[in-house]
Amino acid sequence: MLSGILIFNQKGENLIFRAFRSDCRPRLADIFRIQVISNPQVRSPILTLGSTTFSHVKHENIYLVAVTKSNANAALVFEFLYRLILLGKSYFTKFDEEAVKNNFVLIYELLDEILDFGYPQNTETDTLKMYITTEGVKSAIANSPTDSSRITMQATGALSWRRSDIKYRKNEAFVDVIEDVNLLMSATGTVLRADVNGQIVMRAYLSGTPECKFGLNDRLLLDTSDTSGASKSRGGGGTSGAGKTTRAAAGSVTLEDCQFHQCVKLGRFDADRIISFVPPDGEFELMRYRATENVNLPFKVHPIVREIGTTKVEYSVAIKANYSAKLFATNVVIRIPTPLNTAKTTERTSQGRAKYEPEQNNIVWKIPRFSGQAEFVLNAEATLTSMTHQKAWSRPPLSLSFSLLMFTSSGLLVRYLKVFEKGNYSSVKWVRYMTRAGSYEIR
Amino acid sequence: MAMNKIRGAFAVPRKGETFELRAGLVSQYAYERKESIQKTIMAMTLGKDVSALFPDVLKNIATADLEQKKLVYLYLMNYAKSHPDLCILAVNTFVQDSEDPNPLIRALAIRTMGCIRVEKMVDYMEEPLRKTLRDESPYVRKTAAICVAKLFDLNSSLCLENGFLEMLQEMIGDPNPMVVANSVTALSEIHHTAPETNALQVTPNTLRKMLMALNECTEWGRVTILSTLAEYRAADIKESEHICERVSPQFQHVNASVVLAAVKVVFLHMKYVGPELAKTYLKKMAPPLVTLVSSAPEVQYVALRNIDLLLQKQPDILNKELRVFFCKYNDPPYVKFQKLEIMVRIANDKNVDQLLAELKEYAMEVDMDFVRRAVKAIGQVAIKIESASEKCVNTLLDLINLKVNYVVQEAIVVIRDIFRKYPGYEGIIPTLCQCIDELDEPNARAALIWIVGEYAEKISNAGDILGGFVDGFNEEFSQTQLQILTAVVKLFLKRPEKAQGLVQRVLQAATAENDNPDVRDRAYIYWRLLSNTSDQDATKSIVLSDKPPIVTTISSLPPALLERLLQELSTLSSVYHKPPEQFVGQGRFGADAVQQAAIEEQLQNARENPLAAAAAAAVSGTTPPAQAQNNVENLLDIDFDGGAPASAHKNESGGMSGLGGLAGTPVRVQSPAVGAPAPAPAGSNNLDDLLGVFGDSGPSQPSSSGANGSGAAGDLMNGFSGLDLSGSTSPANSNQPKKTNEDILSLF
Repeated sequence: MLSGILIFNQKGENLIFRAFRSDCRPRLADIFRIQVISNPQVRSPILTLGSTTFSHVKHENIYLVAVTKSNANAALVFEFLYRLILLGKSYFTKFDEEAVKNNFVLIYELLDEILDFGYPQNTETDTLKMYITTEGVKSAIANSPTDSSRITMQATGALSWRRSDIKYRKNEAFVDVIEDVNLLMSATGTVLRADVNGQIVMRAYLSGTPECKFGLNDRLLLDTSDTSGASKSRGGGGTSGAGKTTRAAAGSVTLEDCQFHQCVKLGRFDADRIISFVPPDGEFELMRYRATENVNLPFKVHPIVREIGTTKVEYSVAIKANYSAKLFATNVVIRIPTPLNTAKTTERTSQGRAKYEPEQNNIVWKIPRFSGQAEFVLNAEATLTSMTHQKAWSRPPLSLSFSLLMFTSSGLLVRYLKVFEKGNYSSVKWVRYMTRAGSYEIR
Repeated sequence: MAMNKIRGAFAVPRKGETFELRAGLVSQYAYERKESIQKTIMAMTLGKDVSALFPDVLKNIATADLEQKKLVYLYLMNYAKSHPDLCILAVNTFVQDSEDPNPLIRALAIRTMGCIRVEKMVDYMEEPLRKTLRDESPYVRKTAAICVAKLFDLNSSLCLENGFLEMLQEMIGDPNPMVVANSVTALSEIHHTAPETNALQVTPNTLRKMLMALNECTEWGRVTILSTLAEYRAADIKESEHICERVSPQFQHVNASVVLAAVKVVFLHMKYVGPELAKTYLKKMAPPLVTLVSSAPEVQYVALRNIDLLLQKQPDILNKELRVFFCKYNDPPYVKFQKLEIMVRIANDKNVDQLLAELKEYAMEVDMDFVRRAVKAIGQVAIKIESASEKCVNTLLDLINLKVNYVVQEAIVVIRDIFRKYPGYEGIIPTLCQCIDELDEPNARAALIWIVGEYAEKISNAGDILGGFVDGFNEEFSQTQLQILTAVVKLFLKRPEKAQGLVQRVLQAATAENDNPDVRDRAYIYWRLLSNTSDQDATKSIVLSDKPPIVTTISSLPPALLERLLQELSTLSSVYHKPPEQFVGQGRFGADAVQQAAIEEQLQNARENPLAAAAAAAVSGTTPPAQAQNNVENLLDIDFDGGAPASAHKNESGGMSGLGGLAGTPVRVQSPAVGAPAPAPAGSNNLDDLLGVFGDSGPSQPSSSGANGSGAAGDLMNGFSGLDLSGSTSPANSNQPKKTNEDILSLF
């Protein structure tokens, strides 16, 4: 598997070099620097030279590189690198050159723990934080054998994500349903692609070892209530087509696909579509899902862009909110790309402020609060300087970002969250919905 | 004097960084010692050689501070090789630590011991390893399991003698899922490096254990178990069904590598279950595959390459998901290219309108490489879906009317292929002929000339057009020259009255003034054919014969290779679409391998620029020195890859070999989606065939160029093998073209 993990800064200096196998030699660092970092033509994340393969990921201002020698599992290598980034972020909030330089001892320690002989081991942040910490405190804990045997139990146990002795005075669980709407709309207003990437983030502050059951208005979940579970898993695909439209009308949602945190019992979900799990303590991502049918688009944008000769571009952008008047979106930002040779711009808006940002080649139109059903317009004009050689403007798409509370584009709702625990305590649950812009682009 | 100098060189330096570090390491204060160890590790990372501090660092090994212990161990792992004797001093601590009451320390000791690759250490490892394999803490057991693999790597006979393998095999039945996963990992590694040990044998019992552990162990453990399951051949249908049923819930895992591994297992075992059930699983695996497309770009890339493979085997699993593969503006190019290929693969008559609109959009972007691929994709769709051909042609005409130079050129090449399949679109020829002045690439020019020759009877000014090309005949690339030759002959056969003079001129130019044997050969053939007065029709039926129809221009892998690659899903092999032995070298290369590598590199170059290479090869007949030098340079280049850094570091890294080592093997495998501009169909085909990698998409090339193309490639091959061996052309090689010449002539 992995022969070594290397971290570089943008200049190509080797910040971390950890070999896990004898075939990862120091010289490889130079080879990667020459072949990838100082080579502007590299366009692939994977490079094989002879028997050595470098797989790299760029994050902030560092390169994370995995060296492999055999026909390694490429998906695993990249997933691992991204997990390393995630770990780095949760340890140092920002995982960049600065953080690596300041914490290199800790990083070596982490690498030692999460990889053994090049095989990934436990990479759960919460577990690792129990015995690898930024402060020196951990030595105290880890040195007493009873504590550390507890830690190792958790690091390898079936519930590797949860300690057994958690106690809260007040038992609470917060559920956030966060949806990223992706839209690709053509210049004429046809929707080319619209889908929702949702995630359900849970913050659980529950005592003991609680067993949770979670219900959504997913069409398949609702379906199972009338058909038996066994027949469902076999022939489910065939019968579902007919019920689609009626179900959608009845307020259920078709989830194209879902993925769960490892605490969810996948076998159970597969058999009878019940999401049941023992949650880790604190915040975690319970599930991710994808929906493509009946996506409610919160905003409609109508851009008109006219290039007048070679010296001027005229914009007229209208944006309309498509949700109930009771709700309002915040931080609505519309980025309107301008040609690279824009000299100056003039903008008029019916709401919010627009500003030209030369370094981004954008006109940025910000509307801090956008109430439902409202419609605003921006008129702008960009004057261009003449260039010595005319290069075509690629016309990047307009992009939109926003966040909208208590609205889900897919129409997903949490129907119930039940907590069962030996102690039989009552718990308080909170649910919050939010829709954000994923890549919301209009050509 | 000399003695003094030598002594001076060996003396411990009195100042400088090493001196300061040493002072810190032996300080009486614990915190100073720890700080110095940290600094030492820092220096080590920066590539400085701090092995001289070995004894001093070693003194700090016996400490209660876990963090410090880890640092010392890290240092030990790195420099143990340079001080094998001194390592013995650490053994005692290791053995002691492996019996520590703290499981973290026990695990750390056994983990580190395995990483110290010194023969002497091995003797002391046996006992601690045996103990830790039976440790009460699962954390220690799972670490010890991996350590067996380390020991096997170091000294396999010792590992076998002590029965560690049997112990590992027993551990598959361990109650702890992580121990199971790591035992499987270790066994599978041993099994793959030394198949004769038969380390990992899946029995019904172990299968049950693994399936149990699958739901409980870490995501990485799942990948291991799944990969093992994928390699396992089920005993009967029942077992296959069982495996599929237990594995398919993993499609829902958040980790993309688990999903891909699960897809692999189900896909491979699906063959044995009933068709109905298999269909259900295919349906089930589609949504997770689509979800992979929204992951991080690098993961996405791996996923897309794998989806490409799956689609070649099961073309319609994703046919409703076209929109998912639409390119985003800021997708990295490697992802975009791959998405294009997949979109063409899943195109059908229902989604083709949508796809064409999208492709047209891409063709108007600015990234030249991407635009060309988009235009090419339109052509592929036209040939794939007959009902859409008209729309495709119209789209291409729209694009030609934009008058963007590279779009026009690519469009013409694509239209040539469309004419091969649907000869009925002659109405657009006038539009094409208008662009004649804009074409500067040999491939595009050749394509247009082929079209003119093919429709010579319908183009009233065909003679004038070709006349223009004949005037500049000797300035053209050989590829274009061949097409001019053929087109003029076709014109002559179709309308003899118009082209009498033209034919004379072009044959004259091609035989008397041209250096390229291929062009000359073809001209001679035509000459002979035309001067054959006994049977006029014979000539016609040869030159104007019906061409074999094109089925598709979408490249696909030969079935045997595809089968092979499906076994390798989610590995590098599936990303490169090549079997592993083609890119996983063995480190050091023998003479044969170096030569092979050089040939491959040349072929790689040739594929990127078939014309130049072909020309070079052809020229080599007359001007060997240039070619030879070229090759020698290439060989130097290759050495440079691994050799230059190697020599720079030679002193530091001690016993390492200069050239050989790790990066020594010069074959550079490029990610397929990222290659240089799309290779010309005809040239690349022949070269590919030669390599036997990509199989043939033969029908896509005009038959006339087939024979000579492969000839050229063959010459190439000969040329290289000759050159690489000796560094100068062998006489046999330079004779070759002439000989074939004679052969052909004597035929008539």
